[in-house]
Amino acid sequence: MEIPGIVGAGLIVIGAGIGIGRIGGSAMDAIARQPEAFGKIQTAMLIAAALIEGIAFAALFAS
Amino acid sequence: MYRINLIKTITLLFLVITFSVSAQHDSSTEIQAENSHAETDLKTEIKEDIKHHLQDSHEFTLFRSKTDGSGFTIPLPVILWDSSLQIFMSSKFQHGEEVAENNGNYYKIYHNKIYKTDAEGVIELDEHEHPTNVKPLDLSITKSVAAILFIAILMLWLFTSLAKSYGKNNGIPTGVGRFFEPLVLFIRDEIAIPNIGEKHYKKYMNYLLTIFFFIWFVNLLGLTPLGVNVTGNIAVTFALAILTYLITTFTAKKEYWKHVFWMPGIPIPMKIILAPIELFGTFIKPFSLMIRLYANMLAGHTVLMSILALMFIFKSWVGGPLSFGLAFVLSILELLVAVLQAYIFTMLSALYFGSAAEEHEDHH
Repeated sequence: MEIPGIVGAGLIVIGAGIGIGRIGGSAMDAIARQPEAFGKIQTAMLIAAALIEGIAFAALFAS
Repeated sequence: MYRINLIKTITLLFLVITFSVSAQHDSSTEIQAENSHAETDLKTEIKEDIKHHLQDSHEFTLFRSKTDGSGFTIPLPVILWDSSLQIFMSSKFQHGEEVAENNGNYYKIYHNKIYKTDAEGVIELDEHEHPTNVKPLDLSITKSVAAILFIAILMLWLFTSLAKSYGKNNGIPTGVGRFFEPLVLFIRDEIAIPNIGEKHYKKYMNYLLTIFFFIWFVNLLGLTPLGVNVTGNIAVTFALAILTYLITTFTAKKEYWKHVFWMPGIPIPMKIILAPIELFGTFIKPFSLMIRLYANMLAGHTVLMSILALMFIFKSWVGGPLSFGLAFVLSILELLVAVLQAYIFTMLSALYFGSAAEEHEDHH
């Protein structure tokens, strides 16, 4: 039985969601602990989220 | 307190609308079964409309009726290189339905691409449904090119007049400068200096500022009802990513190449394994820049168009307010995405430039 590509797309979205969710949550924790480092944490968070997003989109196009 | 109440009210309103939609859906299942044929036609039509919006085109269509073909279309110049230069207006194609004649050559648009044909406009297809006709080199001013030119002229005018106004007022920003100065300072202080370093950041500033404002303005233009989709076109993001790649490669110091080919501080067998991976990584970085911007803008436009299409799918009074509400919320989100994608592109470019410009004594 062939698995349709849309199932793969769903899996990708789940994976990317978990990844970005974890980054966001950890960034929240870090900001709560050190509010003065907000700028640096936000930048690092956005870069990590962007990298995951890039992989997710590349995989979505492949599926 | 007031705000929480407002949010609750809005949520309740949305829930009510959604439930009433699903109720409507149940009661009309039987009628739908009868109309299922018409429904699939509507769905393919919507899909084609969305696809048409996302593609580049040889004319600027603001609105056009499908039944009688009336509407408002701005023809754009078509420039072809077909053993000699052929320039004519795209109005000759009659919205892609007719054969265009120029200096004794005949051209026809097939699936958004221009092919050379005979006087009748016959497109010959091979077994894979690909046309076998000659495809002349197409250098036309298409919708995307026109939008890019418009943004380029706007930016040139805006920022040169801004620079002049600083000279007149002894360095104090006036008018629109009050809006743009914090943004320029943000790119310098939050993006360029932390990533590239105090010493080298200046020579990259012009590129970073240009790319930030270009991507931002073009993204914003895509949100206007003009229906242009410039950064959702992979050729445009490819060009932007290539610029970042070229600048990284040609401004790279010895230290950068040393980190790519002979990573210091690790055993020699690992160095041999890492070198091809690192070399591959230098291509992956601009590739991910290209895919990220393209996919984000394409996804945003597709979702927005699909939500707008909801009002044709629900054939009742619910569709209009529902698709308006959702499209409104999504448009505000897209305003954020427009600036966020410009920021991330600039940020990652600065990061790559930083790794290229790094010298041995720099520690940041």
